[in-house]
Formats: sequence, C-alpha cells, structure tokens
Amino acid sequence: MVTNATSLTRSGLSDFIIQRVSALILGLYTICITGFLLLTPDLDYATWVAFHGGTWMQLFSTLAVLALAAHAWIGMWTVGTDYIREHYFGQRATVFRSIYMVICAGVLFVFVAWSLQIFWRL
Amino acid sequence: MQVSIYRYNPDTDEAPWMQDVDVDIPAGRDLMVLDVLELMKSKDASISYRRSCREGVCGSDGVNMNGRNGLACITPLSEVVKKDRLVLRPLPGLPVIRDLVVDMTQFFRQYEKIQPYLQNDKPAPATERLQSPEEREKLDGLYECILCACCSTACPSFWWNPDKFIGPAGLLQAYRFLSDSRDTATAARLADLDDPFSVFRCRGIMNCVSVCPKGLNPTRAIGHIKHMLLQQGT
Repeated sequence: MVTNATSLTRSGLSDFIIQRVSALILGLYTICITGFLLLTPDLDYATWVAFHGGTWMQLFSTLAVLALAAHAWIGMWTVGTDYIREHYFGQRATVFRSIYMVICAGVLFVFVAWSLQIFWRL
Repeated sequence: MQVSIYRYNPDTDEAPWMQDVDVDIPAGRDLMVLDVLELMKSKDASISYRRSCREGVCGSDGVNMNGRNGLACITPLSEVVKKDRLVLRPLPGLPVIRDLVVDMTQFFRQYEKIQPYLQNDKPAPATERLQSPEEREKLDGLYECILCACCSTACPSFWWNPDKFIGPAGLLQAYRFLSDSRDTATAARLADLDDPFSVFRCRGIMNCVSVCPKGLNPTRAIGHIKHMLLQQGT
C-alpha cells in the first residue's frame, strides 16, 4: 500500500471511479450544451440566459463544474507525480511538486467559485 | 554486421558510451542475439551481460535490442536487425551495474510487495489442497512468468514510479495469487493494492504485452485486478 496525502481520495479505486463518473457527467453536459446550440436557430443573449436560468440547468451546470474540478485534480495530480520527480529535479522535486499542486488547486478553486457565482448569480 | 553495444564500467568510465563492433555472422545461419554476444565476448572478455539457460527459461538475459526489450537467447537476428545493424542496450529504467547488467533490486522489491506465495488460513489437509481442472485452468497465462523484467522495464509508469507502481510483472503475479482457488488472502491482497499507485498507474498502453517473451498478457491481468477491486469496493 502506497500512501499519498495529496491524491483526491487516497484510494486508487475511488479516484478511478470519480474520474470515470465525472467524464460521463462532462460528456452528458457537452451533449446538452451542443444540442441546445444546434436546436436553437435564433440564439441570442436572452435565450442563453433563460436556458441557464432554470433550476435544473443550474444544478446540472454546478454538477459539471464540480465534475470538471475533480477530474482535473486527479489528472493534474497524476501528471505531477509522474513527471516532477527526484530523477529530474533532485531533492527539490517535492518543493516543485508542492508549488505545482498549489497552483493547480488555486486555479481550480477560482474556476469553481467563479462558475458558481455566474450560474447562481451570486 | 555492425553491433553497437552499451558499455559502462563504473571503475573506469565516467559515463556510459556506445562501442561499435563488427561481427562476422556465419553465412546462411540465423543466430540468436545471445550467440552474437558470445562471439563478441570471445574477442573482448570485458563485455558483461547475464545469461544462464540460453533457452528462454531462466530470464537472465533480458536486454534492449534495437529499441525493443526481449530475451537475447530466443531472439533471432532476423527478428530485430535493421539495415545490418544491431543496437544493444541494458533494460531501460533500471540502474546499470556494468554494460548490459542491470540492478534488479527495485524490480524484485515490487515483486516481494505482492507476497508471491500461497496464503491459506484453513487447517492443512492430510495430503494436499486440491483444485478442480477449471480452477487450475485460471492460472494458465499467469504462472508461466519467468521474471525477466522485459515488461516492467518497457513500461513508462514503471520508469516514472519504480518505487510505487508494482509494474506489469508484479501485477501479473498478484493476479496469479488472487485467482488461485487455494488462496484465502484475497481481501487483504486487494486492500494492499487499493492506492493511487500500485495498480492504477497502469495506463493500459500494453508495452508489456508487446514485449513479453513468453507471450503473456499483464494488461489483461491488471484489468482483472481492477475489476476485482471494483467488485470488492462497491
């Protein structure tokens, strides 16, 4: 058993499931948005706002944003632990990896907070 | 034929280097790569490599031949030589001790982690623990592994995290014991594998399947382990 404090759930299986379920949610969200764009010939700002103003769409968008954040964290964490290693960076690898992960976490936090503010008009 | 061979003697060389050697191949014969190494060693005794059974059973002579891992003793020149040139390097990703000899400590440490022995907490029967032919059949394609390390050293996930990712060879053996009807430690074995590195660093690129000299399929075994983890964990 390899323990790691920075993986999303500490469990390989849980991360594996979250990554796949979040991909499914994002796929459905993409189909939903694409379908709306294709099926709405006279698309204007008012229609777009009305489409996103419904409670179900707000919930779906929130779910998609959270799914993207979880998906991105697992992916970026995997990339970071693959490439930012002692082999390339020596003893400083842990520092570099920590900086990289703080940047990733910061970007994802801003993305989630900003998205929720927009979708829920906070 | 020209052979370019990786040379490194830590006592005399500051860095590894490639030595080009012209080798006379007997006409009309398709030698094995190990035969070529033997021919080279007969002229330069300092060339170092591992070998033992010379028939693909012991797994000693895993090397990288023209960019592809394999056993030198059962790889004919006709399979690997391109443009009358053969490049021989040690298995990638492991520390080099000398020339083609690599330090397999990390590889065997991962193998040790999966506890490669039968565990059964029930009282031992008077004679032996029996298996049906169907139960025994589940071990086919798993027990044949000779631990040559060709697969694990062809795997980028193992190159990147050799101390954390078990690697295809170890995971093939992990599944060999997970699927053994006589083993009762299945839950504990799976619990030991449920972390983000041991199994789930496998990205399924199948380099291991491509290079296995015994024709085994570690990727399929890893898929079965993930399925077992999924069944146990959900």
